[in-house]
Amino acid sequence: MSEDQKIKLAHGSGGRLMHELVEETIVERLANPILTELGDSAELADLVEGAAGRIAFTTDSYVVQPLFFPGGDIGKLAVAGTVNDLAVAGARPAYLSLALVIEEGFAIDDLRRVLDSVASTALEAGVSVVTGDTKVVERGAIGGLVVNTSGVGVVPEGVRVGSGLAAEGDAVIVSGTIGDHETAILIAREDLAISETIESDCAPVGGLVEAVLDACPDVHVMRDPTRGGLGTTLNEIASASNTGITIDETRIPIRREVKAICDILGFDPIYMANEGKVVVVAPAGRAGDVVAAMRAHPLGESAAVIGEVGGRRGVYLRTEVGGSRPVVMLEGVQLPRIC
Amino acid sequence: MSDAPYDLHGFRSPEAAAALVERIRALATEPIALMEVCGTHTVAISRFGLRSMLPGTVRLLSGPGCPVCVTPLVEIDRAIAAARIPGVTIATFGDMMRVPGSRSSLEAERARGADVSIVYSPAEALALAAEDSERKVVFLGVGFETTSPAIAATIVEADRRDVRNFLVLPFFKRVPPALEELARVPGRRLDGFICPGHVSVVIGAAAYEPIAHRHGIPCAVAGFEPLDILAAVAALAKQARGRSEGRPARVENLYRRAVTTRGNRRAQEVIDEVYVIGDAEWRGIGTIPGSGYAIRERYAAHDARAALDIDVPAPREPAGCICGEIMLGLKLPGDCPLFGTRCTPRDPVGPCMVSSEGSCAAFHRYERVEAVRGAMDREDR
Repeated sequence: MSEDQKIKLAHGSGGRLMHELVEETIVERLANPILTELGDSAELADLVEGAAGRIAFTTDSYVVQPLFFPGGDIGKLAVAGTVNDLAVAGARPAYLSLALVIEEGFAIDDLRRVLDSVASTALEAGVSVVTGDTKVVERGAIGGLVVNTSGVGVVPEGVRVGSGLAAEGDAVIVSGTIGDHETAILIAREDLAISETIESDCAPVGGLVEAVLDACPDVHVMRDPTRGGLGTTLNEIASASNTGITIDETRIPIRREVKAICDILGFDPIYMANEGKVVVVAPAGRAGDVVAAMRAHPLGESAAVIGEVGGRRGVYLRTEVGGSRPVVMLEGVQLPRIC
Repeated sequence: MSDAPYDLHGFRSPEAAAALVERIRALATEPIALMEVCGTHTVAISRFGLRSMLPGTVRLLSGPGCPVCVTPLVEIDRAIAAARIPGVTIATFGDMMRVPGSRSSLEAERARGADVSIVYSPAEALALAAEDSERKVVFLGVGFETTSPAIAATIVEADRRDVRNFLVLPFFKRVPPALEELARVPGRRLDGFICPGHVSVVIGAAAYEPIAHRHGIPCAVAGFEPLDILAAVAALAKQARGRSEGRPARVENLYRRAVTTRGNRRAQEVIDEVYVIGDAEWRGIGTIPGSGYAIRERYAAHDARAALDIDVPAPREPAGCICGEIMLGLKLPGDCPLFGTRCTPRDPVGPCMVSSEGSCAAFHRYERVEAVRGAMDREDR
């Protein structure tokens, strides 16, 4: 690959090379009126005018390795992850910032691929990237590329969800199969010779959430079970709501291949990250409507009620063989078993 | 997708499990203590919630079956010493990273700049060594008879390909001598051993005959599905009744889909080719004669103990840690004064809490809440 096609330290220096990179490689792909101005700050007039509701604001940094994996890449993840944090807060996601920290020597073709993903995922999610930043660091510092996205949206009047709002008797619902993303990443990162291709479920879930809120405006909790998986998210809900949650292992949707791989490696899928799923806690009487709304959406085909809120504090699992055990907060990282 | 040869889902049938539990209930009318000596069993029992299904008369103890947990402090310190040598890459299974040594851990060393790689198999470590002849790749040879043959085969391969920078630190342990040691512990009665499934694939079910015949302890070789374990508990409960009626203890192989009577000959051959049996120290327990493998003279070029200068001073165990007594089945994790307070999975003191397969870590993760709640219930009544 010619020298012109690799990122150099000069690309982050603020000079001509950086301006060319930003205009030709970044803005070209993400073009919208606000971004094209390239002001020091983006002005978001329409966010405030006539918007009845509350502004929601979130940020996340993405350091995933490998950068490209089955089902997505760091660009798709960076948009979907931040959009999803807004969506599950009940907000309609509107604008994103995009900060890139690129390692010297990174192939510009790869950068283009990532930005193409950012653009297409943003389009799918109905958001615009309106401001950003580019820095270049020395070779070897960061695994190629680190991305940060911050996102802003508006939570309409009347929508109120929160981890602390789960109530006794509520149904616990998940929008689809668990463990796909982290399993896919693990296989890709460790180059495990597995015959099945597991794809990350990485996707923006704004549309799915909208469908749920249309069907049931009074859901109590919505969360996206990312790092730490379903188990961690349920613990956070139980703790914030000061309740117990009991779930049934046989009702949790999981791909047969994901389950098998986790079994072999000694991982518990309940703690594996998901990047395109939503956990909803809703009044028991509305559970049917929520599941139906999810299943009618392409991202919610396997949606299911998996348990209920109530009982002793903490999260409990009725195992598929008929036993019972607590699901505690994950400590540290899961490691593959030795023998 | 083609049908798998075994539909493992059948091994998790709640109806079959309930039937086995009924049988156990009928058999275990007196209290019995059964010990497993395999980290995978420890995790499976907890993860499937099997204790919640068993009658109160059946007590399941977790013995020294976690390979990381039984690696003595001095060996952790040697691995850390190796990590500090310039030009050395440590290749290890993941669990070893966080085990506290006397003053540091591999994780802390990596944060300080040491080259420590987590690998999934010894073959990966060999590949690392082949890629870069400038670095000495030291693979931490942790594990029982399950991992020893693969590591031995890798040493043979390294020898054949003349990959001189591939070294192994031999931390291997052998299960049958440990069972003999456990059988001799005074003050604690054992009514049966749930024998480790994968170790048995290598050594064969007959390896446990001396335990049954010399020590009179019933043995059941079990797989890792819930029904495998429940079937073993039922078989041992039945043998325990037989013992009280004067019948001799015996070995039952309940994992016939993977374990034969004599074991895997090829694995045994490669073990014999590369290793010689020696004494080994088990953390918290002490030296058990004949319970380890050292690397033979013929393959000394790949023995990290011979090749590197990693002598370390004799370490002292952290005060208050009773991992040893827990692994011997004399105490439960909840009995340890440090459990859940000073010693947690996030900030562990002893090895039983570090490894996900350790008795204390498994207890903390899966059983503790029950135990606390159970204690509270009893207090309320």
